[in-house]
Amino acid sequence: MRLIKPTERGLYVEPGDFYIDPWLPVERAVLTHAHADHTYRGSKNYLVSKEGERLFRTRLYNEGNIETLSYGKSTTINGVKVSFHPAGHVLGSAQIRVEYKGEVWVASGDYKLTFDPTCAQFEPVKCHAFITEATFGLPIYRWTKPEILFEEVNEWWRGNVEKGKATVIFAYSLGKAQRIMKSVDHSIGKIFTHGAVERLTRDYRETGVDLPPTKYVGEVADKKEFIGSLIIAPPSAQDTPWTRRFGAQSTGFASGWMRIRGARRRRAVDRGIILSDHADWDELLTAINATEAEQIWVTHGSIDILVRYLQSIGKDARPLETKFVGDAPETEIADGEEGD
Amino acid sequence: MKNFSDLYIALDQTNKTNEKVEAMVKYFQKASAADAAWAIYFLSGRKPRQIIPTAKLRMWAAEISQIPDWLFELSYDAVGDLGETIALLLPDTTATGSELPLAYWVENRTVPLRGLDESEQREAVAQAWNELDANERFIWNKLVTGSFRVGVSQLLVVRALAQVSGIEKEIIAHRLMGSWSPNADFYLNLLEASSEDADLSRPYPFHLAHQLDFSLEDLGDIKDWQAEWKWDGIRAQLIRRGGESFLWSRGEDLVSERFPEITTASFALPDGTVLDGEILPWKDDEVMAFAQLQRRIGRKDVGKKLLEEVPVVLLCYDLLEFGGEDFRQRELKERRAKLIEILDGLPDEARKTLIYYPAVEAKSWEELSKIRDESRSRRVEGFMLKRLASPFRVGRPRGDWWKWKIDPLTIDAVMIYAQRGTGKRASLYTDYTFAVWNNGELVPFAKAYSGLTDKEIRKVDRFVRDNTLETFGPVRSVTPKLVFELGFEGIQKSSRHKSGVAVRFPRILRWRDDKKIEDADTLDAIHQMLEAEN
Repeated sequence: MRLIKPTERGLYVEPGDFYIDPWLPVERAVLTHAHADHTYRGSKNYLVSKEGERLFRTRLYNEGNIETLSYGKSTTINGVKVSFHPAGHVLGSAQIRVEYKGEVWVASGDYKLTFDPTCAQFEPVKCHAFITEATFGLPIYRWTKPEILFEEVNEWWRGNVEKGKATVIFAYSLGKAQRIMKSVDHSIGKIFTHGAVERLTRDYRETGVDLPPTKYVGEVADKKEFIGSLIIAPPSAQDTPWTRRFGAQSTGFASGWMRIRGARRRRAVDRGIILSDHADWDELLTAINATEAEQIWVTHGSIDILVRYLQSIGKDARPLETKFVGDAPETEIADGEEGD
Repeated sequence: MKNFSDLYIALDQTNKTNEKVEAMVKYFQKASAADAAWAIYFLSGRKPRQIIPTAKLRMWAAEISQIPDWLFELSYDAVGDLGETIALLLPDTTATGSELPLAYWVENRTVPLRGLDESEQREAVAQAWNELDANERFIWNKLVTGSFRVGVSQLLVVRALAQVSGIEKEIIAHRLMGSWSPNADFYLNLLEASSEDADLSRPYPFHLAHQLDFSLEDLGDIKDWQAEWKWDGIRAQLIRRGGESFLWSRGEDLVSERFPEITTASFALPDGTVLDGEILPWKDDEVMAFAQLQRRIGRKDVGKKLLEEVPVVLLCYDLLEFGGEDFRQRELKERRAKLIEILDGLPDEARKTLIYYPAVEAKSWEELSKIRDESRSRRVEGFMLKRLASPFRVGRPRGDWWKWKIDPLTIDAVMIYAQRGTGKRASLYTDYTFAVWNNGELVPFAKAYSGLTDKEIRKVDRFVRDNTLETFGPVRSVTPKLVFELGFEGIQKSSRHKSGVAVRFPRILRWRDDKKIEDADTLDAIHQMLEAEN
């Protein structure tokens, strides 16, 4: 039985008559996480994770009837049992487990296994069929351990302090920005935020995530304050007049795509910081194995490659076409919002 | 190796020339002479012959990484660089950087691989990968495959060495030309204040020119300038010293053997003479198409038949050395007069091959502009404008010499295939095939990959992904929708191309998003250009 099917509005759970992350308005939507390509406005009813509630409300402009459910708890929609399980992607991100007549499917949304101090750790969920992403579905993508990565970032930041420069990191405003501010050594200097980052950081704090003090760039009167500081801004702010106020600066871009030298050079920043909120190749395989699923459905990213590889090691893997982004790293980075 | 790998990273992480020079200075200050010599060798773009076939490296890397060959190939496709792909795929290492010197890695661990049998090679390569950290693996792979490149010009290397040694840039640049062996002695001599530069074969650095990017009138009085036709061949230097002759191309290749007629003619030159000129295919007192010269390039042994079909000359521009004396600081006017005197005095046989072409006479810039219209029919690219009082300088300085090229031929064409780029543009669709109309059908006629801004490339990349018809390996066919204006330098009949023509230096001039595919040009229009050309 295909419990979850792709349709023109999004992934559809027919017996429960609801959609997962629909991109067109529907009667009832269940959402995996609050990134813009998974959280579309306009539906009537939403079910979201309790842990991500504030982010979802911000993203949905508080429109529609928004209900919440905590990780591990379950509810029933038209006879289909639904529960949320941590996906480790960003705050409140959930894998959605649906069960109907003994058949269990899990739609993982986006996920990662690497430790992230700003959200709950990914939990494998046993199921018959597992829908996985494949944004970084190539073995060239393997992430540096966070402790090593952030030590390098700290070292770079310290070097910039010595040179009297500001350190500017471009990172997605939901998730990665907070992960960076939490993980760097904040004894090095002050941390400032772009408006887009500041708004979502507030949601993180109100949800109870303990983050170091940050200050909105717009509230700074004396530009000298920026010397030696760390500024976190969304990618769309790169190469805009907004960055001029920081004076002498060294720039970095945080993304899994930075693993490839060509991508680093195209970005034209001083540092490529290999930091992703998606699973790398090894994590994808680990997560898929842990579900013990008989059937693997692969969506967005390197779909064909991951399917072919899984098949070559004897798994029943198939492609699942959706409209989630992730295929085109350049466009995605350029447009600046989220996805990796 | 670690110091060299750190240097590479430092150079790779910045676009600022001062920071690059600073990084090199830091490196040279702590490197041993032998390491420094190898570093200069690699930084200035020299490379040893390929040591291990890349096919073997791929195979071993896939085996050691425990991934199937097809997955290795797709990874390579996404990265666009073999050395990097391997470094990214190999299992993580506990190595924290090799303290062994670069010279040791090159001389003991890299070059000797060539003499080993396959299983020994594999073992040695695996052992090297094991001892190196991720960055060093990448760099070592580039050395082994002969594909090491880094974003510094020879000029920057020279600047750093001048800073380290206190010796003038020009002297360093001169000592770095020609062929030399990267060893400690070489490096010590390079930085030696008084060493006599005895190497007979050594050419002078070339004086290059920028394209004229302002109005002609701003050059001042035309009487102060010499206008030469800009020939389309291989820029070269002919050296006659100590009874020997050397012909160097601008890429710093010694090409004496490839052009035996020039070498033979040079025997007639007085000892201690250096000429700057252009190697051109030349028959019946006129230049042949560049495509003819291409038949001679890259062939070490030139057959009799080819020598007869495509004879070459050295069309001389300038005199750099005479009677063993460096003439470069003298005025062009004087150098040129002496050059003509020397060439006119040669025996008839040598005069056929060592030729010069009179400067173009014009009383005003306006008149010169009119004469320029003859460029295409003369098979030249326009003019070189040189200040009569100018010295022969090093590199590409602004001010004294200017290229004044004619506008390219243009065609509006439709994109039908796209391919991923390599290197900096890997993972983006940047290489396109273009077609023109022929009897209601789109016929491919040119490939081009440069000329768009990064932003446009991203838009086209998106288009390609959204409009793919079929995928063949790295190539996708796309819905014909986008029209581009292409420029090219010349056009030739070709039986190898479906369109029947081959174009030279095709590039994208601009994206014509104002045009529909119906507005693109026809093959007939191109054939008309071809007729007008010849």
